[in-house]
Amino acid sequence: MRYKFLYFLLSALVIIPGIISLFVYGLRPGIDFTGGTLVEYKFTQDLKTSDLETALKEKGFEVSSIQNSGSKTYLFRLPPLEKEKANEIKQVLTAKFGQTPEEIRFEIVGPILGQELLIKTIVAIILAAGFILGYVAWRFKNAKFGVCAILAMFHDTLVMLGLFSILGHFFGAEVDTLFVTAMLTVLSFSVHDTVVVYDRIRESQKLLPATPFESLINKAVTETLSRSLNNSLTIIFMLLALLLLGGVTIKWFVAALLIGTVSGTYSSTFNAAPLLVVWHNLQNRKLKS
Amino acid sequence: MKKRRFLIWLIVLLSLGSVFVDLPTKIPLKFQFKKFKIDYTFTRPQINWQSGKFRLQRDLEIKKGIDLAGGAHLVFQAEMKDIAADNRQAAIEAARDNIEKRINLFGVTEPVIQTSKVGDQYRLIVELAGVKDINQAIDLIGQTAQLDFRELPKEATQAATSLDFKTTGLTGKDLSKAEVDFDQNTGQPTVRLTFSAEGAKKFSEITGRNVDKPVAIFLDQLPIETPTVQEQITSGDAIISGQFTLETAKRMVTQLNAGALPVPIKLIEQRNVGATLGAESVQKSIRAGLIGLLMVILFMAVYYGRLGILADIALVVYGLITLALYKLIPITLTLPGIAGFILSIGMAVDANILIFERMKEETRAGKPRLVAMELGFGRAWDSIRDANTCTLITCFILFNPFNWSFLNSSGMVRGFASTLFLGVVLSLFTGIVVTRTLIRTFYRKEKIK
Repeated sequence: MRYKFLYFLLSALVIIPGIISLFVYGLRPGIDFTGGTLVEYKFTQDLKTSDLETALKEKGFEVSSIQNSGSKTYLFRLPPLEKEKANEIKQVLTAKFGQTPEEIRFEIVGPILGQELLIKTIVAIILAAGFILGYVAWRFKNAKFGVCAILAMFHDTLVMLGLFSILGHFFGAEVDTLFVTAMLTVLSFSVHDTVVVYDRIRESQKLLPATPFESLINKAVTETLSRSLNNSLTIIFMLLALLLLGGVTIKWFVAALLIGTVSGTYSSTFNAAPLLVVWHNLQNRKLKS
Repeated sequence: MKKRRFLIWLIVLLSLGSVFVDLPTKIPLKFQFKKFKIDYTFTRPQINWQSGKFRLQRDLEIKKGIDLAGGAHLVFQAEMKDIAADNRQAAIEAARDNIEKRINLFGVTEPVIQTSKVGDQYRLIVELAGVKDINQAIDLIGQTAQLDFRELPKEATQAATSLDFKTTGLTGKDLSKAEVDFDQNTGQPTVRLTFSAEGAKKFSEITGRNVDKPVAIFLDQLPIETPTVQEQITSGDAIISGQFTLETAKRMVTQLNAGALPVPIKLIEQRNVGATLGAESVQKSIRAGLIGLLMVILFMAVYYGRLGILADIALVVYGLITLALYKLIPITLTLPGIAGFILSIGMAVDANILIFERMKEETRAGKPRLVAMELGFGRAWDSIRDANTCTLITCFILFNPFNWSFLNSSGMVRGFASTLFLGVVLSLFTGIVVTRTLIRTFYRKEKIK
């Protein structure tokens, strides 16, 4: 635990730029939350996104963005449209470029649904966090452990939100229902790892009551480190394979899970445990003075 | 000893059973060696068991969600402002039954149609897998349930069919309500119609000129009942006494009330996925999953040696049983669902890693290997249980099994939650029971040599 402040520094190096990005760029919400129209077409030849945009704007469409999402494939984002109006997009493009595009994806989400989903998502996060909190509190019956486990969870949330804000600004990563799903899953993983480390600390506390707290934690961390790393490695193998080789539609979902898993593993060992030491030392200092 | 032998057989049987279920329906076997030739297609039978009321019928195909099979996810909002608060739930349910019939006419296999109530908004969620012309499907669904009364033209003969009936101008708009009643003499269920003032006038005229003739009741251009008028009816009430059972009478009342209370519906969400995108995603994900699986297997074998290989066998058993369960339950597989499955493979070895690390420690502490093994399993259990509880809680919230309206119930998220949940539960079984049995059987034998 000698390097505990180094560990915190490393976390800060990831989190602080993320927070800055959150304030400056914010997140890029997907149409799940904002409502909107998303159409993906595959053409028979390459086209310029600017040409596509002018073609649609000439016909009075409000285009939010057009993105090249694969070879000859383009992703159009527009405000929520009525069905008939949305069907015109294809006609306009066919007339303008003389080729009928193949429709790969077509999504319209009404604005009311978006708002509702936002509320449901917040409820889900509060519920999940509440349950996990309750569980940790019940298992450890000790505020110190509970609060530190939650701080580690908070760390992972910040890492994910921050990195997604940066990825959103530079690579167009969107925050949608799946991102929230990934976040909830990661939170439970993170607590899962923390619980394993804390279990070990408590066990050693019972077995070796005379040992100073800091060395107890050192011992527990060393003992659980290979387990934490190995387990995360197997998860990371699977996620990496899926990220590099899997389908496009869930790319960001897998990326979110991957970021979260790495952060969760790190925070359990290198934040949750050292935080206990810091807390313990602060308490002792108070007692002495 | 007896128990272990039982477990070994149980594991072998479970694995073989799973392999059987996992197999594709048709496996062509082609083999040629000089004069010896095999050309045979193995066809896996389907499950169709029946015992008493319990019936299990599965075609053992993986159910693909719309993001994999291609298709449409549609959400309609019902405009309930003209409908009394008491009738709204009945109206939305009648609309659902109606839409289900229409979709079946359209030839979609296994459409998913759900109603949902959010605040005071009523919605219909329709999922159509593999539909080619989605716009046509939407138009079909969007028609409101329309009730109308028809009569035969004067020149009609006895041989008139339902096509010969002409509209009378009396429609569902003139009906104020329909309810189930019982014939006072026979006790038979009947359907009582009550018309509005204007409807009563129209009905009186129609029955007046059609005494002893049939008047047909049409719902969405299809005849549902053709009673014969016995006398002119001026009261604004009508009783249809057909050959009803209580159930058919109730169903008809529901339909009539829905017709009488047509719920206009508006499309508020539409997600179409082309079939190519889905097929491509499935292939890519399967390849990714296999590569990931290989890496995990290699890693475990290299890092933990013989123990790792035993854990790998347990992992393969895990994969086989999981796939079989997907087919048996059945679970509708979505792309996030596949991600959940792949993620769960990574997690499945977690229990093993915890146990093996524990065993290593006990061995280091000087305990004999076999004692270390049993201790490892025992001591790691607490951590394993605690660690998985949180994931299960999260799965529960994500899946929202009771359809709580304050939580999301999107198909994609559910797909993920269901595969992750199954993964966690099953991995506890394979990671602990299967691995332990394998180790007790094989590891011990090797030691004695």
